[in-house]
Order: sequence, then structure tokens, then C-alpha cells
Amino acid sequence: MFDKEYLKKIEAEKKRWEETTLKERLAQGKEMRDSFKTDSQIEVNRLYTPLDLEAVGFDYLNDTSWPGEYPFVRGIDPVMYRAAPWVMMQYSGFGSAEETNRRFKFMLSQGASSFAIALDLPTHKALDSDDPVAEGEVGKVGVPIDSLKSLEAIFDGIPLDSIKMFVCVGMSTGPIILALFLSLAEKAGIDPRRFGLFMTNESLMEFACRGTQFTTPAGHFRLSADVVEYCARNYPNFSPLQLCGYHTREAGCTAIQELAFPLANCITYIEEMTRRGLSIDDYAGNFSWFFSSSLELLEEVAKYRAFRKIWANIAKNRFGAKNPKTMHARIMIYTGGSHLTRRQPYINIVRTTIQALSSALAGVQFMNLSSFDEAYQTPTEEGATIAVRTQQILAYETGVTKTVDPLAGSYYVETLTKKIEDAVYDYLQRIENMGGAVKAIEKGFYQSEIAEQAYRYNKEIETKERIKVALNEFLTDQEVKVASLKYDPDAEKKTIAAVKELRKERDNNKVKQALENLRKALKGTENAMPSIIEAMKAYATVGEVGAVIREVYGKYEEGMVRF
Amino acid sequence: MQRAIRILIGKPGLDGHDRGAKLISRVLADAGVEVIYTGKFQTPEQIVAAAIQEDVDGIGLSILSGSHMTMFKRVQDLLREKKAEDIVLFGGGVIMPGDIPKLEQMGVDRIFPPDTPTSKIVEYVKSIPDRKK
Repeated sequence: MFDKEYLKKIEAEKKRWEETTLKERLAQGKEMRDSFKTDSQIEVNRLYTPLDLEAVGFDYLNDTSWPGEYPFVRGIDPVMYRAAPWVMMQYSGFGSAEETNRRFKFMLSQGASSFAIALDLPTHKALDSDDPVAEGEVGKVGVPIDSLKSLEAIFDGIPLDSIKMFVCVGMSTGPIILALFLSLAEKAGIDPRRFGLFMTNESLMEFACRGTQFTTPAGHFRLSADVVEYCARNYPNFSPLQLCGYHTREAGCTAIQELAFPLANCITYIEEMTRRGLSIDDYAGNFSWFFSSSLELLEEVAKYRAFRKIWANIAKNRFGAKNPKTMHARIMIYTGGSHLTRRQPYINIVRTTIQALSSALAGVQFMNLSSFDEAYQTPTEEGATIAVRTQQILAYETGVTKTVDPLAGSYYVETLTKKIEDAVYDYLQRIENMGGAVKAIEKGFYQSEIAEQAYRYNKEIETKERIKVALNEFLTDQEVKVASLKYDPDAEKKTIAAVKELRKERDNNKVKQALENLRKALKGTENAMPSIIEAMKAYATVGEVGAVIREVYGKYEEGMVRF
Repeated sequence: MQRAIRILIGKPGLDGHDRGAKLISRVLADAGVEVIYTGKFQTPEQIVAAAIQEDVDGIGLSILSGSHMTMFKRVQDLLREKKAEDIVLFGGGVIMPGDIPKLEQMGVDRIFPPDTPTSKIVEYVKSIPDRKK
């Protein structure tokens, strides 16, 4: 990038600086530690200069290039936020369908452009609210969805096509969620091609982390793949798969692993789609990627830049993508909750601001912010509003949206971007050497790697090698009182009553037939989506469909571990 | 020589987040405690049965899903029913401060909120033989 002679001059000058100015300064007092590392253990030098750009082979035209063009390091859109800020979302859902509906309406009124629907645990695990195992869990971490009737209540007064896009989570419930939304659209007379449903639907990762699976890996993988294929052939406006690094990062892994794990999983899905006769351009442009924005500001910026480049390269050069859209990594982030503290909760607002800032500087497409009170409870209205306001301040008051990829060219950020890129390819190769994502997860590789990093992090906290404000340093005696989220104490009872009522009032013959058809479809090799849709349209419950899936593919059980 | 303290770490209910449970298990094992981690998706019945079978001194429950009032009560009731109340019940997770005294009244010996240094939990577990009735 720089003239060779000029670089030699810089090198000589650097030496001079080290032997004079720096040496004098260090004689007066040492630095805090002998070695500084990023959150992901990458060595951080005292100073970065054009020499470092040279060292990592920085090449503007060939490597970095232009926003909206391969390899998309600078962004997937040529103008980025100058056209519109990222989509401001809020992860919401709790109590009951009615309460969730109210919260959605409130968030939309406060300027959130979209929302991500949080499901409760029984729904994630394809269990009905009145299942004995669901006791105490209904409506706690998200909204209970027992059937199409629940979804109708959640979207009451919110036409599906009135919001450009929204997310419904559920790593294992992908097919059920897809079926529910298609049924809802049909009932409301809305063409499903008029709204952008984003589904998570990535069940492979459940077995490594997160853990809301409800049947065996084989069953889940077949169903996740069925969703991807069905959408590719019928609803290319939907996003049928969201590869996730978020959960593994929250469980403790590094930024490198956070990128490598979902990439390895994605390769498995691509190979499956190829087996099903699809080419990567048929579907992968509709994928999205979900990451956890951490606190190490500049590493996070480099992380997202590196990721875009890696995905573009894999899509184009490994899998032959021709359409630039396929090579775009559409990135959704959540500010990682693991970085927040329980004590002095209001300082979490500062943390989420920095996490969101890194994401804005990196050019992500969608953001969800944690609420300051997440260590206590599902967010209150106050907490959720502050989270949206934080995004609005970043978008409208800081000026970071006025130019594309503002940190490009920074000696440090460009060096980090390259280092992360190299490290991710290396790590990905390790997973490939094991036989790919499925084998690696079966062997417990992801799990043990994640647990190892979580252990290291904890040691750093215990020894104060890592300072965490209001956790191991800068404590106060006062306990801050946080306003409780007012749960309707009868929400679980009401939801249970509603599902029991549903089973009486629907056409049970239709349901029986639909479930029988589903059983047949699952045992066969054809795409199971049409029969899942038929079942949800007939008001089969989530638990009934789950039961058929478990019957055909088996229950998932975990074994005991001795430490 | 006194036998090593035996602890069952359990994840009751549907919550799949096990970073804390696994970390606590390993940190306790580092300190010489014999730890059995049940894995996810355990019912209170399974947890208590395993605790009795493994002849543990204490059960630590990890609950982040908000179902702690239900889960702790069921485990405590089962321990009473099976005449295994000498097994000390403790735990942690995402639990509102207001619920902690209620859980203690129920018979839970100690609740560790998020942010508790793991060294404090090790200290507590090591004191369990002295706390047993």
C-alpha cells in the first residue's frame, strides 16, 4: 500500500521513537501489564502503524474493496445507514398472547421498527401449556404459543404485512413456526409474499449450546432442512435460517469461535441443500446471521468486517455463488447479556450502548438491545424503551451513520480484521478435519471448547486479571431496587384453560387426520412442511405436532456427567 | 480420612442454559468436591432420585427460566417425602431478590444470585458437612 522506501523510513523512525520517547516514558513508570490481549485472546500491540498494514498484506483494491461489492468487508450496501439506520428491534414476549400483543403495540408506538418474538420454554420444546412438564414455565421467558389461535391473539390489530420484517425465534420449532405464520396469513387473507418472516430454525446448534431441542439430531436436521427447502421453492421472501454465533458466545466462547461454529453448521446445511438439488443461489441469500455484540469495542467492529469477507469468500469460491446477494452476510445482533451485571443495574445501559455502538460502526443490519434489568427478569416497559432509545440516539445523534465503514483504514482495526479472518479459517479447518459440524458436536468438541473458555473467563474474574465494574471491583453497599415486571399471576392458568377449550371446540376429526398425515410424511422422505401446515391450519396444538415428531424420531435425553 | 463432599448439580425444567451449572461443577471439582451434574431437562423427581442414589450431601439447582418457585418447592417436597431432608438444597440463577426469602422459608438453604464469585460457592459447599442436621 505504501511505497517500500517510505515504509523503511517509518520502520527506522519507529525504532527511534522506541529508543527515545518511549524509553523515557517507560523509565518513569511501567505499563499495567506485560502483555495486552483482546477479549478473544489476540495480542494487542502498544501501537499500530502502516507497517502493520503491510505485515498483514492489506490491499485496498483486492481485499477491502468497496461497500456493496465482493468481498463486502466495508458493508453489504453501497450507502449503508445514509439511506436508513439499521432495523431497530426489541426482543419481546411474555405472560400471555394478549400481554405480548400489548407489548408489541407499545414498542411499535415508541419507534421500534420491528420486533423479535420471544417464545416461552414449553413452546420452544413443542409442549403444550397444560403439559405437566410445563408447570411453572408457561409465559416466563417468552410468549406461550399453543396453536394458531395463540398467534391470532399475538397479532391482533397488527396486520402481518404492516411490518416490513420481524423475527420469530425458535431454533428447534422452525417448521412449526413457519406453518403457523402461513396459516395465519391464509386466514387473514394476506399473501405471505407481502411480509418478511425471519426464522431462526437452526437446530444443529441446539445440541452444542442453548438446548431447547425436543427430538434427536436426525429429526431436527431433517425438519430444519425441510423449512429451508420449502421456503427456497415457495417463499424466497422469508428468511428460513439464521445461523447463530450468539449463543455460543454467551456460553463463553471467543469471537473467533463465535464466527467459526455457525459457519461450520452452515456448510452442513449447504451440503444438504445440494443433495436436495438446490444451488446456493436458490436460498443462501435469504439466510441471516445472529451474533452477540460484546464490549471489546474495536474487536467487535473487526469481527463483523472479517465475517462479511469470510462468508462472501466461502459462498463464492467454495460453493460457486453467482448472485452477489448470496454472498451478503445479513447480520443481526443482540447485545450480549452475559456482559451485564446484576448489581448497579443502571450501568448496564452504558454497556449496551457500547455494544450497540460497535455494531453500528461495523455496519450490521438489525439490532436488539438488552434491557438494563435483564439479570433480574424479563424486561419492563421502561427497560425496553431505554433499549430502543439507545439505538435511536446512536442513529440520530452520534454521526456514525453519516459515512460508510468509518473505521476502515485504521491500522489497528484493519490488522485485527485480518487476524480474526485468519484465525477463523484455521478454526474452521479444525472442525472440518473432524468431519464437519455434526461430527464435531457429536464428539462434544464445540461444548468442551466453549466450557473451557467460560472457565478461563471465570478464573480471570476471580483473580481480578479481568476487572468487571460492579462485579469484582467498584462495588457499593446499596442494593438498587429495580421495578418488577408485573406478570399477570393468572396468565399460566388462563393460557392452560384456553388450550383445553381449543381442543373441545375445533374439528377433532380434521386434526386427527392431519396428525396421521404428518406421521406418514415424517416417516417418508418428502418435505414434511405441507403436512405440518395442514395440521396447524386445523388447529392442532404445538404439543400434538411435537408428540408426533418425537414419536417418529425419538425423544432427546441427556446423560449425567461426573466431574 | 473424611469422605469427600458429594454434590449433585441439577438443571430442572426446560431451561437449556448450562454455562453456570457446568462452570460451578468444574470449579467445585477443582476444590476436591465430587460432583455429579445431571444434564439438562431433569424433572424434580429425577433430580431427587439421582441425589438419593448417589448419596450426595447437597443438591445445587441452576434455574434461569423464572420457574424457581415451582421447582425448588417440588424438590424440597420430594426430599421431605422420601425422608431425605438431610440433603442440603441450594442453588442459583435468575432469581428476583424478593423471591430469595420466600425460597429460604421453603427450606432452601442458600440462593446465590448472578454475580456471586464462584469462590464463595466453593466456600459454602465445603461448609455443608458442618451444616447438616
